[in-house]
Amino acid sequence: MFPKGTKRKFSDSGEEPVPSGEQGQPAPSAAARTLSSSYSLQRQSLLDMSLIKLQLCHMLVEPNLCRSVLIANTVRQIQEEMTQDGTWQIMTQALAAAQCPADRLVATEVLCRQTDMAAQAGQSPKPFSVVGLEEGYHSEEVVMDGDGDTEVTMSTLSTVSPQLSSASYLPGPFGMGPCWEEEEEEGECEEDEEEDSEECVSEGEEADRDHLTGDSRTGEQVFGTFEIKHPAPPPDPALEELFSDVDASYYDLDTVLTGMQSAPKMGPYDLLESLSSHGPTALSSSTSCRSDLNELDHIMEIIVGS
Amino acid sequence: MCSVHVFGGFLEWAFKTKLTDIISTVEFNHSGELLATGDKGGRVVIFQQEPESKNQPQCRGEYNVYSTFQSHEPEFDYLKSLEIEEKINKIRWLPQKNAAQFLLSTNDKTIKLWKISERDKRPEGYNLKEEDGRYRDPNTVTTLRVPVFRPMDLMVEASPRRVFANAHTYHINSISVNSDCETYLSADDLRINLWHLEITDRSFNIVDIKPANMEELTEVITAAEFHPNQCNTFVYSSSKGTIRLCDMRASALCDQHSKMFEEPEDPNNRSFFSEIISSISDVKFSHSGRYMMTRDYLSVKIWDLNMETRPVETYQVHEYLRSKLCSLYENDCIFDKFECCWNGNDSVVMTGSYNNFFRMFDRGYRQDVTLEASRENSKPRSVLKPRKVCTGGKRKKDEISVDSLDFNKKILHTAWHPLDNIIAVATTNNLYIFQDKLN
Repeated sequence: MFPKGTKRKFSDSGEEPVPSGEQGQPAPSAAARTLSSSYSLQRQSLLDMSLIKLQLCHMLVEPNLCRSVLIANTVRQIQEEMTQDGTWQIMTQALAAAQCPADRLVATEVLCRQTDMAAQAGQSPKPFSVVGLEEGYHSEEVVMDGDGDTEVTMSTLSTVSPQLSSASYLPGPFGMGPCWEEEEEEGECEEDEEEDSEECVSEGEEADRDHLTGDSRTGEQVFGTFEIKHPAPPPDPALEELFSDVDASYYDLDTVLTGMQSAPKMGPYDLLESLSSHGPTALSSSTSCRSDLNELDHIMEIIVGS
Repeated sequence: MCSVHVFGGFLEWAFKTKLTDIISTVEFNHSGELLATGDKGGRVVIFQQEPESKNQPQCRGEYNVYSTFQSHEPEFDYLKSLEIEEKINKIRWLPQKNAAQFLLSTNDKTIKLWKISERDKRPEGYNLKEEDGRYRDPNTVTTLRVPVFRPMDLMVEASPRRVFANAHTYHINSISVNSDCETYLSADDLRINLWHLEITDRSFNIVDIKPANMEELTEVITAAEFHPNQCNTFVYSSSKGTIRLCDMRASALCDQHSKMFEEPEDPNNRSFFSEIISSISDVKFSHSGRYMMTRDYLSVKIWDLNMETRPVETYQVHEYLRSKLCSLYENDCIFDKFECCWNGNDSVVMTGSYNNFFRMFDRGYRQDVTLEASRENSKPRSVLKPRKVCTGGKRKKDEISVDSLDFNKKILHTAWHPLDNIIAVATTNNLYIFQDKLN
């Protein structure tokens, strides 16, 4: 009923973590329970859809800013509502439960991206949001017939924030962070969560998919975790089972970026091309990368095929 | 102007196929004699109305291709590693001052002023040149003559006279020529600039809604237009469904609006899509300058400039889509930017929809009609049959159900002749020109 990943998380952990004996104000979980399930479903799938839309790149041309702003506002609206009825906290806790190691990924990602962007732009890093937008944050779907999902993995790779002015801050398309900062309650924990969640490219669990929806409270974390470049589960049971077998290391940013480092002048456009065409030109120096890309391509074909 | 009852019957008159590229803008000039279209490939095609033929006095002249030229080329922004599309976003004609015609065409970043002129004479009888252009040996010249102009086949030349570049960081969505015929504005997502038609290396920024912190960006400019009569007044619409009217006399930077038009939201219709569907895709002043019309996703609204609190008229374009907003969000159709237009005497407004349908609303008679621009469904020279979308229950014959609508067939661009009941409707690659049935 619920979007696959999220549901499993909830059902796996049994009832919501708030003790049932709570008095007075209904616990957030209770409120969540009383919320019409179909409404929650719809809202959840809308959130997932919106996040995908924000992440998919229009590789060639600058994204449509109006569309991006409208989608981002929609996400913010959903997030606010979910915070109010407590569902957001539940997802936060679910995410906290799925801690992952691998700090190195963040560093690699940041460094690779900085190298790349610096090489392209030839300028000193600017605050993300400004750069993201003025340099064409690729938050629009690539215009391709058929399945938008095709582009998810490939395109999201280039939506990484080019610079991190603060270490753990990985804002979304417009750096949503500040808008949601006032809703933060656990400042310290969040930094850790964010780093952890970023690195959760890992382990082929459904937990990874949860990152899309099971994000912690703030907007930056929403987008930060999403930028692990894991596609959102399409609401299709067959596909979802397919994903459960997939080794999520395909989506390991590091793998692809290894190839990227050998061609520092590649722009996001080039990245897409190299991925879709098994990287004959740009990634020739990295054979292991190429085999990963072949498999990645295979996955994509399956997605498109279904 | 012809009859008030526009819906007496629209006759399919000329069907122009443009197979090359997606039409991205359509605009009649001020006399209606010329119709310009821009396409995704950066080309501008201008049609000219033939003079009425004596043989068929009841029939207005046809529109035939007058000039075709490449206005914009694709460019590459090396700093951002991004392509700049050559797609023509808008064309606006300048009022005619002499024999030549001028229009402004713009893509995402650059506006160009084009001069379209006719040449129907050429000089002949040079002393030093042969007719084919080769130079004669001066020693062979024995007599002198004065060259004369002789008629030749009409040649229409388009030449770029001004290029207004490098003034927009974001994508240009509107251009509008001022009634003073000397200045014009160009609007992108966050800024509006004022230009003088003669000066290309400077423009004044008159509106800037870019927040200091881009993370706080929640609203963008979607359209802008100068008032038809008052050269100090312009409006711009936003993605939040507001329209701001600004007076350039008030200050150099018009961030403070003089008036803000916004209709309060209907609490019954509130959904996660409320903001998206309230985003205004087009704003057009009436010819009189007393009203303005806005187009949002589901409706057309007419505003009296003297009343900011709510529109004076609201017309539902395709209310049956309200229950489909989630699907339309998924397939991105909810972000389609439909345009709208007034007829010459401001009595009828028109806008496009899906399935190659377009809608007309007669303000005086409170009537509306849905017509279809499609070769399959109407024969040339036949009267267009009104269409009906079945919203629920039993579908009558000839009605089309909401689920069978083709959302890839969208009519985003329409134009109405300024003086006559002739309309231009652009489907994806085709341009239809309809006129109403005379007599």
